[in-house]
Amino acid sequence: MNTSVNLCGVTLKNPVMTASGTFGSGEEFSEFVDLNKLGAVVTKGVANVPWPGNPTPRVAEVYGGMLNAVGLQNPGIDLFCKRDIPFLKKYDTRIIVNVCGRSTADYCEVVERLADEPVDMLEINISCPNVKEGGIAFGQDPKAVEAITNEVKKVAKQPVIMKLSPNVTDITEMAKAAEAGGTDALSLINTITGMKIDINRRCFVLANKTGGMSGPAIHPVAVRMVYQTAQAVKVPIIGMGGIMNAEDAIEMILAGATAVSVGTANFTDPSVTEKIVTGIEDYMRKFQVNDIKELVGAVHER
Amino acid sequence: MAEKYQENAIVLEQKEIASGIFRLVLQTKEIAAQAKAGQFVSVYSKDPSKLLPRPISLCEINKTKGTLTLVYRVTGENTGTEEFSRLQKDDTVRILGPLGNGFPIDAAEGKKAFLIGGGIGIPPILQLAREMKADKQMVLGFRDSLFLMDEFQAEGQVYVATEDGSAGTKGNVLDAIRANGLSADIIYACGPTPMLRALKAYAEEHEMVCYISMEERMACGIGACLACVCKTTDKDAHSNVNNKRICKEGPVFDAREVEL
Repeated sequence: MNTSVNLCGVTLKNPVMTASGTFGSGEEFSEFVDLNKLGAVVTKGVANVPWPGNPTPRVAEVYGGMLNAVGLQNPGIDLFCKRDIPFLKKYDTRIIVNVCGRSTADYCEVVERLADEPVDMLEINISCPNVKEGGIAFGQDPKAVEAITNEVKKVAKQPVIMKLSPNVTDITEMAKAAEAGGTDALSLINTITGMKIDINRRCFVLANKTGGMSGPAIHPVAVRMVYQTAQAVKVPIIGMGGIMNAEDAIEMILAGATAVSVGTANFTDPSVTEKIVTGIEDYMRKFQVNDIKELVGAVHER
Repeated sequence: MAEKYQENAIVLEQKEIASGIFRLVLQTKEIAAQAKAGQFVSVYSKDPSKLLPRPISLCEINKTKGTLTLVYRVTGENTGTEEFSRLQKDDTVRILGPLGNGFPIDAAEGKKAFLIGGGIGIPPILQLAREMKADKQMVLGFRDSLFLMDEFQAEGQVYVATEDGSAGTKGNVLDAIRANGLSADIIYACGPTPMLRALKAYAEEHEMVCYISMEERMACGIGACLACVCKTTDKDAHSNVNNKRICKEGPVFDAREVEL
C-alpha cells in the first residue's frame, strides 16, 4: 500500500500536513504527535521582521468552528532560521515554511533568506484576513495574485505554493492567476472572514472585530472550492478547511487535493494529525486502494 | 518542561457550591501527580460543535489519591461549562494537563504573604494556600454568595469582601485589606483584570513583589497558536516581540513584567 504523494517534485510519505498558524513550528505539538509520522509540517507564517500581531481577544468559538484574528504574530525570519528550522530538521518530515509580508519586497526578502536553508517548500500567504497591509490584499485581485507569484518565483529556490483566500467571488480565477504567475502548487482554503458579537455586552468578541473562520462548519465550502479549482488548473492542490478526521481528509482528496492540511482540529485533539494518517490507511485497506494517488480527484457523479 | 498528559478523567463528585459555581472532583492517572498550584487543565467538550477546550484552574490537587478539584462558573446556557456541570459520578471527561507554570511559592519564604482571590479566580488560591508554609493572610473577594470558606479557613486567617456587602467588607479585596489594616511583603493573586490591575498598582506603591495569574481566551492551550498572549514590558525570548503566552510562560507572571 502506497500512501506517499508527490507535490511538484517533493515526495511526502503521506498526504497529511499541518495547517499554517495552528501548529507553531511543531515544537509544542511534538509532545503529542510523532512528527516523523506526518507528510509535512507547515510552519506558522514568518515575515522579514518580528510582528507583534493583534490585540486580544484573538480567538472566539462559534458553532462548529472558531474565529481567529491573531494577526500573524511571528518572531521574524532571523530567529526562525536559527531556532525553528533546526528543530524541524531533527525529524523525518518535510518542512514547508509559510511566508507572510506587508509588501512584495517583504515576501521576497523572506523567500531569498530561505534559499539556502534546508526547507522543502514555501507556502506564500496572500490570504490572511486579519492584517491591514499585505495578506489578503494580494489575494483578492487576479492581477495582484499573478504579479506577486511572479516576483516570488523569481527569487525562490524551493517549489512555491500560493495559499488562496475563499473570500473572493471566484476562487478559480485566483488559482488560474497564480498558475499563470508560475506557482508550483496551491493551498486552499484560508479562513472565511467572520464576526461574532457579544449580545450581553453589545460588543465585538474579537479585538479585531472580524476574524477568520475555520473548523468543520467551513469544510463543505472548502471541498467545493478544491473541486472547482482542481477542474480549473493543472498544478497540485493542498486541500484544507475544517478537516477533523480521516473521512474529511479522504473527501478533500477525492475532490482533487493531492495533500491535505489539518488546522483547527489540532486544538480539539492535539494528536489528531497522527490519527488521520492511520485513518487514511484504514480506509485504503477497507476499500482495497493500493496507491493513494488513485483517490486524488476520483469523485464522480452518482 | 514537565510532561503533559491527555486523559479521560473519571468524575468522583460534582456539586453546585454557590449559585452557578460548581465543584468537580476528578480521578486522574497522571495529571494530579505532576500538577502544581497555579496550573490549569484544558477540559474538552463532548459536543462536536464545541471545538476548543475550556481552560480551568486547579483548585485542589491530591497527589496521593491522584485527584483534582476544579471549581468553575457556568457561563451560560448551552456553554461548555454548562455541559461540564451536568457530569455525574463515574462519567468521564477528557482533560489535558497540567498546563502552564504554577505560582513561585518559594519566593514567599521568610516573608508575609497576601494570597488574594477574586470571583472565579478564588479556586486556585486554595491549593496555593495549602502548599504555602510562609506566614499568609488570605483575602477573598466575592460578588455575593461565598464559597470554599471552610476550606480556606482551615488554612489560616481569611478576610472577605463582597460587592453587595452581604459578608465581610463591602467592596473589593483592596477595600478589605484597608478596612482590616493588613500589610504584607509579597502578593499572590488570581482574579478579574481590574482587580489584578489595582493590585499591580498597589504593589508598586508599596514596593512589593506581586505574582498575578492571568486569563485570556485560548485555543490550543499548549503555546502553539498564539491566541492567549499578554503584553510584556520586555521583549520575550520565544516570541521575539513584547508578548508572552499566558498558557505557556504564564498563567502566573510577576506583575512588573506585564502590561494590564
